Amino acid sequence: MLELKGLSKHFGGVRAVDGLDLNVPQGEVFGLIGPNGSGKSTVVNLVCGLFPVTAGLVLLRNEDITELASHMRVVRGVTRTFQNIRLFGQLSVWQNLWVAQNAIEHRSEGFLRRWLGGPGRARAEIDRILEFSDLSGKRDELAGNLAFGEQRRLELARAIVARPALLLLDEPAAGMNAEEIDQLDARIRKLKQDGLTVLLIEHHMELVMAVTDRIAVLNFGQKIAEGTPDEVQTNRLVQEAYLGVAEAA
Amino acid sequence: MDFYLGLAQIVGVHTLLGLSAYCVLLTGQVSLAQAGFFAIGAYVAAMLTVLAGWHIAPAIAAASFVAGAIACAIGFPALRVKGLMLVVATLAFGEAVRLFFFNFDYQVARGEVKIGPAGGEGFRQIRFFPEHGWSTLDVLMFIWLFVALVMAALWWMDRSRAGAVLRAVGEDEVAAQSAGINVTAVKVAAMTVGGFIAGLGGGIFAHYTAHIEHAQFGVALATFAIAYPILGGLSSVFGTLIAVIFVQGFLIEGLRFLGDWRNLLFGALILLAMNVRPRGLIDAATIAAVKRMRIRNREPGNARTQGAE
Repeated sequence: MLELKGLSKHFGGVRAVDGLDLNVPQGEVFGLIGPNGSGKSTVVNLVCGLFPVTAGLVLLRNEDITELASHMRVVRGVTRTFQNIRLFGQLSVWQNLWVAQNAIEHRSEGFLRRWLGGPGRARAEIDRILEFSDLSGKRDELAGNLAFGEQRRLELARAIVARPALLLLDEPAAGMNAEEIDQLDARIRKLKQDGLTVLLIEHHMELVMAVTDRIAVLNFGQKIAEGTPDEVQTNRLVQEAYLGVAEAA
Repeated sequence: MDFYLGLAQIVGVHTLLGLSAYCVLLTGQVSLAQAGFFAIGAYVAAMLTVLAGWHIAPAIAAASFVAGAIACAIGFPALRVKGLMLVVATLAFGEAVRLFFFNFDYQVARGEVKIGPAGGEGFRQIRFFPEHGWSTLDVLMFIWLFVALVMAALWWMDRSRAGAVLRAVGEDEVAAQSAGINVTAVKVAAMTVGGFIAGLGGGIFAHYTAHIEHAQFGVALATFAIAYPILGGLSSVFGTLIAVIFVQGFLIEGLRFLGDWRNLLFGALILLAMNVRPRGLIDAATIAAVKRMRIRNREPGNARTQGAE
């Protein structure tokens, strides 16, 4: 589904991502973990086209999208959530989804109908996703007035309303309590069942180990390990990256 | 009476100007170019009626399209810069337009008089209304017909997906991009529509004042244009209308006895409004409150109907 070849991003002298090769297979939940500042979020930003790559290729279904504009990648089926929530605070919950739905849902409609038409057909789909996200009761609230957990759910809802093929989740569990994380776990599993490919960046190890099929570990912009959750957990390099190298006695 | 008719005309034209800035402001762009588009509309429409002998309706339509086209062309380079830099860029454009008309001399002899724009002296003899026997009331109705049309169109747009998309871009461009919105296209489209509306307002303005000159389209007018929607809030087109009535009717006319001190008050008022009502006189919370009130009154068994039993 998603393939990164020699992907690099340098900010001045800082090599945020340095020659990363990654292959995220279709239909899997793929975890990307690493210590703070290891370049995980940068990978997401490069995949969704928020800034240009320094070197390397981003391939989606074997098609090169490295140079494609951000909004066009959404049309190809790549959507994301943000580490620090970025909703349209002055729009209602429902409008937040309506805006995002524009990317894919109504391309077949005429220009006027698509832009100047009322909610009409969009409504059923949005209602379904509001229900999935447990936000049905909040549809007319302003997004900015929602509680933190609700905002996180709305962000996920906005990412899936455009019917993505590849979903990039940038620390979706940050700031959530245990119950909310359980719900998130269930939602990710449901999305996988529906055939979505998910790239999950997360610090919350319990969630990552429970929900992912494969995990890659980044440190200083480079991949230091990749494998199933069990393999990664027992990898010595990974333990060193997270816990520091044991001093020779 | 004539005083109030005149005031209503000013309010109408300034509402168009304010609404043109409203469109652009929805996408989060502060543009001081609106007075420039307004000037272009004024000169184009006036030249068409005076020099080419057109009827006013096609003349202001053509003026709107010219202003809209220029706004679109300006939009691409200008919207690459953001925030304060955009303010500076649009201000520079507005001044360039003003200085163009300051130097623009295109007079044609009609019998013994020369008519047409005469550079710094301005463009006199824009006499379509008196020549065709329009009364002040006719002119007033003509102006408000367009105000009503533009307000209705924008009100409709606000409730459509296009309105939500414009606001989404205004809130957070990065999030909008990631939600599949072509941010550049949206911003340029808003700029174009804004230019179109400003051109329409300018075309009408030229004909009811009968005399236009570069000094009318300076920084002060550009500031007014952007102040109306900021003051009125971006939640509804009616906010802009209310702000224009307040500024033109109350501040400019009502406080005339204060002389030039009014301008000081105007600045103070914007500061006050930004502190007390940062999202404008009519914000989303106000609209939500009104909606809730309406729903409460409709529900059976609410306090009022119970009291009546």
